[in-house]
Formats: sequence, C-alpha cells, structure tokens
Amino acid sequence: MSEERDEGVNQDRPGPTTFVDCDETIRRLYAYLDGELTEQRRAEIAQHLDLCGPCVGAFGFEAELRAAIANRCKDRVPDSLVERVAAALRQESEAAAGEGS
Amino acid sequence: MADQSEFAALAMEYMSALYTAALRMTRNQADAEDLVQETYLKAYRSFGGFEAGTNLKAWLYRILTNTYINTYRARKRRPEQADVENVEDLYLYHQLAAGTAPGVGRSAEDEVLDQFTDDDVKAAIEALPDTFRMAVLLSDVEGFSYKEIAEITDVPIGTVMSRLHRGRKALQKALMDVGVARGLVGVGDQQQ
Repeated sequence: MSEERDEGVNQDRPGPTTFVDCDETIRRLYAYLDGELTEQRRAEIAQHLDLCGPCVGAFGFEAELRAAIANRCKDRVPDSLVERVAAALRQESEAAAGEGS
Repeated sequence: MADQSEFAALAMEYMSALYTAALRMTRNQADAEDLVQETYLKAYRSFGGFEAGTNLKAWLYRILTNTYINTYRARKRRPEQADVENVEDLYLYHQLAAGTAPGVGRSAEDEVLDQFTDDDVKAAIEALPDTFRMAVLLSDVEGFSYKEIAEITDVPIGTVMSRLHRGRKALQKALMDVGVARGLVGVGDQQQ
C-alpha cells in the first residue's frame, strides 16, 4: 500500500491521509462502533482494518458484544403499567380542566 | 411550546424503552413502574416547556434520570466507583480467546458470547455503579449519541466518554465473572 496521498481524487469522500497503528485503532474502537468519529478518522480506521486481521477480530467481537447487550436487555412493559400511566395522565388533565385553567 | 393535549399521543411509544432503563436502574419491578409513572406525570406537567420538534425521547430520559437520582439513589447510596484499574482494553475478548484454539468459522469467543442469557447480561449491567450503568444503557442499549447522553445526564461530553470507557470495562469484567460462575469459561483460562 502506498502512503502517498491521492490529491484530487474522491474530493467528496476524502481518503485516508495518515496510517494509524493497532494501538490507535483499538483506542478508537468504541468511538468507531458508536459512530462518533469524523469521516476522516473513520476512513483511517477502516483502512487499518482492511489490512489487519487481529484488529478485525477485536472489532468483530466488540460489535457482537454491543449487539448482545442491546438485544438481551429488553423488557416488555406490563399492560397494567400502560393503563396506569394513561389513567394518571387522564386524571391529571381532568383535574386541570376542573380548575378552569 | 408543545400542546399538552398531544403529550400522550407523542410520548406513550417510548414507554417500553423507558421501562427497560428504569428496571436496570432500580433493579426491581415495583420501583421501575413507579419511576416510569412519575416520569410521565412530570413530563406531562412540564410539556409546555418542551420545544416541539426537538428530541422527545431524550427529554423523557432526562426526566427519568433526574427523577431516579433525586428519589431512588438518595435512598440507597452506593459508592460511585468502577474498579477497573486492572482491567485492560478488550478484556473479555482476550480472556475468552485465552486457552481456546483458533477454529474454523465463528470464533470460540463469539460462541461463548452466544451462551450468555438475557439474565446474565442484565445481571452484569445491574452490577455497575449508577453513573456508569446509565451511560452504558443510554449508549449500548438505547443508541444515544455522546452529545445526547451529555444532555440527558447533564455532564460534559468528556465525562460521558470517560464513564462509557470505564463502564464498558466494568461490564466486561462482570460478564467474565458471570461466565466463570456459570461454567461457560474455565477458571484456568483466566489470565491476570
């Protein structure tokens, strides 16, 4: 891979201009997965991942872990709670109407 | 200015997400239900001050978070420390990879991950100290941006990032402990 910049190519999607090492890639892993990197940084990390098997393994695992945490942490709201909150809100609005406000 | 009569139609759809967060925060169903109801009542009463068109879900989470801190955390205060000094980056990945030979197809680490149950993951999250738990929930479970989490929890973005970093490490440690306790991972596999 050439480290030279391709000036004038892909002006709308700036290509990576710096090579990042494994330490920096791992340090930015969660910002990358969280979608919090600038497009430039994101492209630099993506380029490193194209070339580095160990970092791809780590990113893949963390992405799976993140998905597992999100998917296994859902709870169904009890119908009774939905009804209770709806009733409380109705009562609140009726009380307000009763005060003539 | 938002119209109070529109509140229920707009806000009720977020109850499922708010209830999940409330359960993880209070760790019990009765308190979680009370917290959700209180959140909706407070939100309804101050809905006039909500700027229509802005992020209603984040606004509801902000009320839930403040209500939790003011009501429930005051009751049973826990130390706000996540002891992660000795927990390296990629802790769980390295621990699970240790002692398992590289195989074909899905990796051994991913296979272990698949064996964690909903209850395992919930228990690991509930083991985190309050501020770290809230940051991890808002990011990993609800998918809020760092900026939104900063607004919901009323701290600078740098604090959000630090809490997420430490909270995720603590969560990986807690999951590893659960994995060992359940026999998914051999104790002999652990490095320290």
